[in-house]
Formats: sequence, structure tokens, C-alpha cells
Amino acid sequence: MSTGEPPPRRVPIDPDVDLSVPAQRAETAGAARWGVLAVIAAGGALGASARYAASLAWPAAEGTFPWAVFAVNVTGCALIGVLMVLVAERSVVTHPLVRPFLGVGVLGGFTTFSTYAADVTELLERQRVLVAVAYASATAVAALGAVWAAAVATRALVDGDRRGRAG
Amino acid sequence: MNWLLVVLGGATGAPLRYLADRAVQARHGAGLPYVFPWGTFTVNAAGSLLLGVLTGAAVSAPAYALLGTGLCGALTTYSTFSYETLRLAETGRGFLAAANVLASLLVGLGAVFLGVELAGGFGSPGGSGG
Repeated sequence: MSTGEPPPRRVPIDPDVDLSVPAQRAETAGAARWGVLAVIAAGGALGASARYAASLAWPAAEGTFPWAVFAVNVTGCALIGVLMVLVAERSVVTHPLVRPFLGVGVLGGFTTFSTYAADVTELLERQRVLVAVAYASATAVAALGAVWAAAVATRALVDGDRRGRAG
Repeated sequence: MNWLLVVLGGATGAPLRYLADRAVQARHGAGLPYVFPWGTFTVNAAGSLLLGVLTGAAVSAPAYALLGTGLCGALTTYSTFSYETLRLAETGRGFLAAANVLASLLVGLGAVFLGVELAGGFGSPGGSGG
């Protein structure tokens, strides 16, 4: 399709799948697709179950801050930061099914955007505007802070370890 | 029982997100560097719309476990969204990173609201839970 060589090792923007990465583009070609889809489904089942367990363990009373979903989303964002550094940025882990299983499946299934948006909408509907604004913004700030801190820490650990081995 | 339905929904939602993400990216130009994460943006909006419909329709607890907690929960994602935002910010696309956060939130809320209204409006239980 494209002329010329693809750029050497581009780190994708989208951790689920990025079609500009040839290996990811080829994931659904041929019979291998069933393996990829199966591990994504298995991971999604695991992640969604874990989120469901958290919501049962810490149920949020109506009109209050949804702590369980907050904790789930922030934790999942920290873990994707670790995972993507190991898999995509530093290639510490190279098995082709690790990203589909853990990233797309487990962490994608564990974290949720729809429940977050629905809970904010419901809090607004109940006139709990302060709680709604606090929840909406705290999730965004904590989740983005978590993915950033986790990625930075994991890069430092991996790079430090490699320098240690080299030196 | 509900647990099994969540498992089933999660096992469907995650592959659906992956395939939908691929389909959206393919439409936006095969092989081109993927700049704004339209795929994830689209699935998050679609999942929020569906969850709004389920909330507004006040579906039964098993249906909510299967389609809400399971399917919509796994179809949509916060982890993918946050890593994309981080990558955009770190690759000098701070404007796109901020736009992704704001647009995802506003469109997500709007989609839930629209879904609820389409299904008959608030005032029915079924809200949170996963």
C-alpha cells in the first residue's frame, strides 16, 4: 500500500490496537485471529468479573461518590502504564498475545468509561452537582496521574536495570 | 447467576471494542500514523449510549449484569483512553490530549443522557453497580 519503509519502531498511541504497526495490523489475518480474539474475550471476562467483585464489595449508596469504580479505573490506568512500557515501549515482554490478553482484555474489561459517564450523569440528575463534578474530575486527574507515574517509574526501572546489566 | 452473565458480557464487550477500534481506524486511512484515537473515542461513546438506554429502560438485574456491567463495561475502557492521552501529551500533542479528555467526557455524558431519554427518562433504578 504505502511507498517507502515504515518508520523503525513507532510506539503506538492506541494500546488496544494500532493499524499503523504492521504486526498489529496483521493480528486478524488468517487463523491466528481466533487466538487473538479468544485471549481478548478471556481477558475481558476476567477484568469485568474483577470490576463486578469490586462493585459488590464496596457498593455506592445512591447519590454518593462511586469509590469502587473510581478505584478500579485508577488502578487499571496505573497497570496499563506498566504494561505498555514493558510490551510496546521497551519490549521487555515480547509474546504477541500479552497485549491482547492483558491490555485489551483484562485491563480494558476491568476499567470502564460507560459506568463512569453514567454515574456522573446520575449524580447530576439527582442534583448532587458537587459530587458529580468532584467524581468526574477526580477520576480524570487520578487516572491520568496514575498512568503517567506508572509509565515513568517503569521506564526508570527498566532503563536502570539495562544500564546495570550493561555496566 | 449474575456473575456468569457479567463474564459473558465481558467476554463479548472486549473483543467487540478491539474489532470496532480496528474498523474505525481502517476508515481513517490504512497505514497512516494514528493521531487522534477515534476508535476508542467511538466505542466509549457508543457504550455510554447503550448504558444510558439500559438505565432509562430500567432493565432487570440479570439483563443489567449481562449488557451493562458486562458488555458496556468491557466495551468501554478508561485504561486505553488514559494511555492514549499520555502518549499524545508526551509526543508533543498536548492540545489533542486535552481535547481527548474533554471531548470524551462531554460526549460520554451526552451519550448517557441521550440514551436515558430515548429509553424513557430517569427516575428508574438500575444505575451504578459496575
